[in-house]
Amino acid sequence: MEKGTEKAWDVLKDLTDPELPFLTLDDLGVIREIRRKDKNHVVTIAPTYIGCPAISVIEEKIANELKKLGISAIIEKSFSPPWSSDWISENGRKKMEEFGISPPHPKETKSFSRSSAKAVKCPQCTSYKTEKVSEFGSTACKSLYRCLDCKEPFDHFKCV
Amino acid sequence: MKSKTADMVFEGLLRIADDNLILGHRTSEWCGHAPTLEEDLALPNIALDLIGHAQTLYCLACEIDTRYKNEDQLAFLRLEHEYKNLLLVEQENGDFGNTVLRLFYFSTFMKYFWRKVKIKCCFKKLKEFSEKAFLETSYHSKYASQWVVTLGDGTDESNVKMSDAIVNLEPFLGELFNNDDFTEMCSQNDFLPEPNSIFEGWKGEVDTILQKGNLDLPEITLKKRGGRKGEHSEAFGYLLSDLQYMQRAYPNSSW
Repeated sequence: MEKGTEKAWDVLKDLTDPELPFLTLDDLGVIREIRRKDKNHVVTIAPTYIGCPAISVIEEKIANELKKLGISAIIEKSFSPPWSSDWISENGRKKMEEFGISPPHPKETKSFSRSSAKAVKCPQCTSYKTEKVSEFGSTACKSLYRCLDCKEPFDHFKCV
Repeated sequence: MKSKTADMVFEGLLRIADDNLILGHRTSEWCGHAPTLEEDLALPNIALDLIGHAQTLYCLACEIDTRYKNEDQLAFLRLEHEYKNLLLVEQENGDFGNTVLRLFYFSTFMKYFWRKVKIKCCFKKLKEFSEKAFLETSYHSKYASQWVVTLGDGTDESNVKMSDAIVNLEPFLGELFNNDDFTEMCSQNDFLPEPNSIFEGWKGEVDTILQKGNLDLPEITLKKRGGRKGEHSEAFGYLLSDLQYMQRAYPNSSW
């Protein structure tokens, strides 16, 4: 964070994600940088998914919040390095679990490979006896699981 | 950017963007029609990814050719012959098996494509984009491959349907790997990889998956082509009339 941008960061970090309203942009690690460019603040965001429909809402929210402070913002998307589920904060993971979404594994477990079989914990009853129902859940960032013990279905935040 | 280079980058972006937009549109046609609720979530999610890829690429293209003021103009307001997508992606969906097989072919191709762009590409913004695009297309390829195996290695009926899908899509595969003067120029300028340089890796992976599903990949030769020159098949006209309807009926409308 560049000097003089602390005020902007203070308001932006508490903005919530439109699809996961219990998580802030800070929890998700979506805001990568705020810097000054002439009279503007340039806010760099890393989209969780390229086609994520929440992106335009997030951009709008950021611009509106900063406008209230009298700051004009330029919002840039960054794909390199690509957003990683490792950037989700500890606090964010905790909130996810409380909300009934199983948080992503750390990336070292390589769950992107075809043969991945890392056990996923049920956010309801904490059992590890769970199975994947579908690669895709209600949004692009989640896949669908079910618990073989408590029988409840749940979302698992994908590890990317 | 020099104008000759700018023309090359614009055209190259358009080819990839159009492939993604049109397959995204086809995939979105499954919304509300998929065989199970899970697939009804999966296919529109994939469509969203594909259209998202197209949107980002169109935006990059607009930065290069300022005649186009935004991505909607490129996506929705060109004429049929101005689209440069492959014939493969514009064909009708057919049944679910045909849909996932095409998705498997295409996303596996794109996975290798983005991996090469990630290693070498003179256009910095595309090189950066490829890091993210590679991860997402890998996921699509994985999803589709699982269905190819499940259906191929399922019942007699599902195996026959997958075998039919292989026959049905085969004439369109040659175009996917076809080099032309343009792709050669892109490769010489370290912009984009040659399509046929992707064939070997693609074939290895596709063969493995098809064999798991008791299916065989036929020999691929160049049969139907024309998409890259804007010469499309009959199905494309119907697709465009649907895709472009809102912008034609309500010009400049936005969400």
